[in-house]
Amino acid sequence: MLEAAIVKRLRDFTLDFQLNVKSGEISFLMGMNGSGKSTILNIIAGLLRPDSATIMLSGECLYKTDDNINIPTEFRRIGYVLQNPAVFPHMSVRDNIAFGLRTRHTPPSLVYPKVTSWMDKLHIADLAGIKAGNLSGGQKQRVALARALAIEPHLLMLDEPFTALDVESIHSVKDLTLQFVREMMIPCIVVTHRIADSTDIGDWATVICQGKKEWEGIPGEIPEMCTICRCQ
Amino acid sequence: MIGVLIAVVTLYLALPIISLFFQISPEMFIQAVQNPVVIKALWLSLYTTIISLAITVLFGTPFAYFHARHSYPGKILVDTFVDLPLVLPPAVAGVALLVLYGRFGFLGRYLDMYGITIAFTTIAVIMAQIFVASPFYLRQAKSLFEQMDPAYEQTARTLGASQFRILATIAVPMTAGGLVSGAVMTFGRALGEFGATIMFAGNLPGVTQTMPLLVYVGIESNLYIGLTTSILLVAISFIIMIVVRIVQKREANRA
Repeated sequence: MLEAAIVKRLRDFTLDFQLNVKSGEISFLMGMNGSGKSTILNIIAGLLRPDSATIMLSGECLYKTDDNINIPTEFRRIGYVLQNPAVFPHMSVRDNIAFGLRTRHTPPSLVYPKVTSWMDKLHIADLAGIKAGNLSGGQKQRVALARALAIEPHLLMLDEPFTALDVESIHSVKDLTLQFVREMMIPCIVVTHRIADSTDIGDWATVICQGKKEWEGIPGEIPEMCTICRCQ
Repeated sequence: MIGVLIAVVTLYLALPIISLFFQISPEMFIQAVQNPVVIKALWLSLYTTIISLAITVLFGTPFAYFHARHSYPGKILVDTFVDLPLVLPPAVAGVALLVLYGRFGFLGRYLDMYGITIAFTTIAVIMAQIFVASPFYLRQAKSLFEQMDPAYEQTARTLGASQFRILATIAVPMTAGGLVSGAVMTFGRALGEFGATIMFAGNLPGVTQTMPLLVYVGIESNLYIGLTTSILLVAISFIIMIVVRIVQKREANRA
């Protein structure tokens, strides 16, 4: 379970937002460009400092302004795939997925089987030795997902994961995301600006406008007046 | 018209270099290359330049990375001091180093009390080279790190990597081609260093007399030594430029 209440003054408006996501559920965060979606993810990940916030994940406090608690990004155990999936282009697919395991000092005898298992699960085993810089958009997205999941995160966050993908890859990434969020019983936040993305796999949707919550509910029921783009 | 322009510019730059090779016979060249003074200067130049480059890369890479990725008070001032040696006359750099580290300098007089002398030693040669040549590497490294999409480092942080690990495993490998170009330019500038060296380190054969200094002395005393040393420097510079071209081409192909 993720519980976050965040306040941060941005250039044009103040972000004042509350977000609760249950374990095993996918919550979509939707809104126009510049509405504060990615800022929320960055604050939860610890990459950006809020003016004031309380962030609780699986009963552990990650950030609390009043008590001066601020767990560094490196120790938050959050699998975060940014808008640029940022696969490390100079490393092989295998080394990309092993990266988080090695930084966390996983014994080398365990790294290899874990990496192999994640490559199998995401259907990228045949790419193992290929330099990640040479992959297609869909392949990169799957490598980034495998890399984020391999650290056995307590929360998964995906920022616009479907934007650069073809239709087939979108289906595949959606199915895999849903499968692992349910299996690992972790909360998941997906940021998107397209309603169509949320209706397939979303358990909950929140629409954000200028840093404030505009609407929340079941993804298929988003009302017409909401500010987000309805393009497919 | 265009052909003439290209020919004039190229000839203006190439003719003096080419004429160097016609001023000395192969026999005289081979004889001069075997002269102990030339061999000493060649070795001194090569090993001081390699040490200067190693120190610049070792300290300059993390400096450039953290400088590029963090904002702090006085950052503009730091930028200015890093760039200053590029426009400063090297002789002024030499005087400045002498004023600080010389036997009667601000710092030098205290070092002297402990029996440590820097000016007019091989260490002074290396310090002069680092002072004058390191900005080429630092500027290049800074701009490469600034241009890198922060998403790679942010992702690495969420995966548990420390800043030094990110530098070593993400930032440096992703900018390696550009860093090598910067390092090669620094090597070339350090190898050709003259003004600051002669001011701060002097001109002692085998101790501080690098190749550019020997060219200067040679032209006055023994023309063949001066010419031979010049030709050796041209050859080394030529190799440096070829390395830079190859690295740049590889980078372009990769992108």
